[in-house]
Amino acid sequence: MNALEKRLLNEFQRDFPLSSTPYADIAKRVGASETEVLEALARLTASGAVSRVGPVIRPHSIGVSTLAAMRVPPERLPEIAALVSEYPEVNHNYEREHEVNLWFVLAAPTKQRLRQVLSDIERRARLAVLDLPLLADYHIDLGFEIKWS
Amino acid sequence: MELNQRDLRLIAAIQHGLPLSPRPYAEVGERIGLSEQEVIARIRALQARGVIKRFGVVVRHHECGYGANAMVVWDVPNGDVDEVGRRFARFPFVTLCYRRPRRPPEWPYNLYTMIHGRDRAHVLAQLAGLIEKTGAQAIAHRVLFSKRRFKQRGAQYVPPETARAPAPLKQAAG
Repeated sequence: MNALEKRLLNEFQRDFPLSSTPYADIAKRVGASETEVLEALARLTASGAVSRVGPVIRPHSIGVSTLAAMRVPPERLPEIAALVSEYPEVNHNYEREHEVNLWFVLAAPTKQRLRQVLSDIERRARLAVLDLPLLADYHIDLGFEIKWS
Repeated sequence: MELNQRDLRLIAAIQHGLPLSPRPYAEVGERIGLSEQEVIARIRALQARGVIKRFGVVVRHHECGYGANAMVVWDVPNGDVDEVGRRFARFPFVTLCYRRPRRPPEWPYNLYTMIHGRDRAHVLAQLAGLIEKTGAQAIAHRVLFSKRRFKQRGAQYVPPETARAPAPLKQAAG
């Protein structure tokens, strides 16, 4: 990670310029050229360090989302994880260390569609799904400072 | 929250990221039939209304050296959960803090905190500090470290076909 990449990762997680030429404005602030900024962001995106330059949407302000979990027998985990990941409504899908070992987040335009996907997964996997929708959000995600030390 | 079709089209066009090119807002606008200035004004308005929580570089912690990620789930007495949640959320390493329903008997937990750290020891030390500083020793909790990541990408709230510009109105003849 070079110095420019580190600054791009830490200083522009919020208050990204809303101007005609945001990348040129960033370049001015960090003392680089617009091309260098664009190339660095493209590299960070390709390496996976940056997911996107874009919005983080407040849960339930558009459509609906939920956290779901399943207790999957370890030998079936690759198969069930692949089945869950197939759905475009699923955006995160993780194995976690617990007997309830598969965790995934779903977002959809309507509650009805969300229900449909969950029951479809239950039926195809022949396993119960815990539906754990958000009831209250105590944390406003203002980004996360990366300490490079 | 009621959003109009233009806002939905705009979100559909940017939910997976702005173009990495010199005039990204103009480019987005062209795709959905809005001017550059209208795209910018609408993003600003969506931020002011809280629909967009933040707008900018969205990093993946794992790829930035934060290899350990624990979801810590807590079984908090129902009357205390809001207060405890707000207290936990003040710690800078707590990146998310949510209340969710219990699903007894399988799942008794009602408060979730996400903690990211360089490694497991770092996460556990941060957690121990949080418990000590908030006096949460009596609250039952479980630490669920992440293992395999099968899928991760930005949420798709609006189906991609929403991003298309509406068909132009037919000009009245004559």
